[in-house]
Amino acid sequence: MTAAQTDAAQTDTGPTAAAPRPRRRINLHVLGPILALAALIALGAFLNDNFLSAGNVQNVLARSAFIGIIAVGMTFVITAGGIDLSVGSMAAFTAGITILAMNAMIEPLGVSVFTIVLGMLVALLTGLAAGMVNGALIARVRIEPFIVTLGAMGVYRSLTTWLADGGTLSLNFELRSLYRPVYYDGPFGISWPILVFALVAILGELAMRSAPFGRHCAAIGANEQVARYSAVRVDRVRMATYALLGLLVGVATIMYVPRLGSASGSTGVLWELEAIAAVIIGGTVLKGGFGRVWGAVVGVLILSLIDNILNLASIVSPYLNGAIQGVIVILAVVLQRERKAED
Amino acid sequence: MNRRDIFKGAALAATLTLGAAPALAQEEYTIGVAIPSATHGFMGGLNFHAREAIARLEETYPQLSFVLATSGDAGKMVNDIEDMVATRGIDALVVLPFESEPLTSPVQAVKEQGIWVTVVDRGLSVPGIEDLYVAGDNTGFGRVAGEYFAENLESGDNVVVLRGIPTTLDNERVDAFTAAIDGSGINVLDMQHGNWNRDDAFNVMQDFLSKYEDIDAVWAADDDMAIGVLEAISQAGRDGEMWVVGGAGMKEIVKRIMDGDPMLPVNVTYPPAQIATAIELTALGLVSATPVSGRFIIGSQRITPENAEQFYFPDSPF
Repeated sequence: MTAAQTDAAQTDTGPTAAAPRPRRRINLHVLGPILALAALIALGAFLNDNFLSAGNVQNVLARSAFIGIIAVGMTFVITAGGIDLSVGSMAAFTAGITILAMNAMIEPLGVSVFTIVLGMLVALLTGLAAGMVNGALIARVRIEPFIVTLGAMGVYRSLTTWLADGGTLSLNFELRSLYRPVYYDGPFGISWPILVFALVAILGELAMRSAPFGRHCAAIGANEQVARYSAVRVDRVRMATYALLGLLVGVATIMYVPRLGSASGSTGVLWELEAIAAVIIGGTVLKGGFGRVWGAVVGVLILSLIDNILNLASIVSPYLNGAIQGVIVILAVVLQRERKAED
Repeated sequence: MNRRDIFKGAALAATLTLGAAPALAQEEYTIGVAIPSATHGFMGGLNFHAREAIARLEETYPQLSFVLATSGDAGKMVNDIEDMVATRGIDALVVLPFESEPLTSPVQAVKEQGIWVTVVDRGLSVPGIEDLYVAGDNTGFGRVAGEYFAENLESGDNVVVLRGIPTTLDNERVDAFTAAIDGSGINVLDMQHGNWNRDDAFNVMQDFLSKYEDIDAVWAADDDMAIGVLEAISQAGRDGEMWVVGGAGMKEIVKRIMDGDPMLPVNVTYPPAQIATAIELTALGLVSATPVSGRFIIGSQRITPENAEQFYFPDSPF
């Protein structure tokens, strides 16, 4: 991997190659996602004056937070050579359980901050437990992650529909009013989802770069046998990646529930694909071995911005939104991968 | 818990009645009901009303038994229908086709075996297969909403529209809406797809609000989308500026209309209970000489604070 990158930098043409070997640090592989993001921001600002307004920036960042928080966890799973298709359904299920738990706690505890804190705890535990079940089936029972999480995706989706009896689970109205500021407000005018997203991203980046956990994930993803011989506790690390992702789904749910105060069978549909796409756009290798948390953050922002710009600009038929998204996603990846094709 | 039991109950009741058939004097009939599973609010309501109607009819007509199948996709629906015919010997089929094209020839095959066919909501792609067609009125749905906009807005007022999932059904509604406000001078600023989804509608409405300084009304075209729209408006602090018209008569929205919420002046029905109409008419046709073949289009009505009570079903999930 690293060798391939060095080669890529050397065969580079133009200013990069002419400069006295800055190598690796500045190449398209790293800059690709950032360039794409910068281009989108420039395009958005050009098309609409309100694009860079505080309100719109806040909106885009806050709505990116759910998938963003999940994508950070997904980066570790994919880096370790796994995949998790269940996160969207898991988020819906966790949201459903959280709402039911909070509604049930109103009777004994009343409409209070305590009820909400307990509800948040339920969300975290549900997410963690769901992630651990995935992890156990993959790491201990050794079933392919694709199959385990595909199965789990169906299970959580139908459990949510069943819990809601085909309709919508809604949080008690007064409790919702109390809980609402968790999505809409925050210190210094920055809403909580943005802060939590930033915190999760920073911690994730540190864990990936500087902590043994991140290195172990990359080692397992690159070559499981070698990792095993290098005394990496493969099963435990692999289990931990899914548990961490589950926990982060719980965190995302805590931010999601106060937004609309409801969950239904159509909550979180396709979040898993958006999260996976964001991770890959950011430069993480889908087959594992190399992960980049900040890249996933950039990837999520790219995906959200495309939607936002299409809505703000409405220059093309809305029927084509999906096509434009698809093209931009592929372009963002092509930008960073074109050097690799030569290897 | 509840719905599982009802499924079991329905299956059990059907088996019992079949087993006990010779003991009864009256002629026995089995009606198969195939509908999409409850993946979103409207289908949840539809499932609810289907079960209610079946329970009610089994009570009223002991000689009738029912097989209810809910399918997550068109392929499974075809399998379910084939199973009903092969193993349960149904006398009539009530079907809400998951998609028109893939279901057309399987339903045609059912019809060719001399089984009564009632098609609900989405028509088949070949006309004339069904004995009875029961549906909501999509054109009316758009028109009734459009008429309210035309009556209550001035020339030059601005509206934004949230569309559903791109389908012919959505097109029919939007075309009728556009035709109804035509000539009124109302200015449609923008139309985007909210996919009949709360979260998508929330995002789209947030962007509409960033983009347009002056919006006087929103046609959200669906109550799930209306919920997302209302939340986005209240986040932007622009509650007093505009009103919202949803559609389909979700109970939470109907309740707010009943309570006279100024942001939700009216709603337009597209009743999930149409499945009950279809099942009842099919049953009536079997047990009596009442003629029930033909087309039954359930009009889209305007729900206002005055009449909201009759559209409010607190027990339904939708």
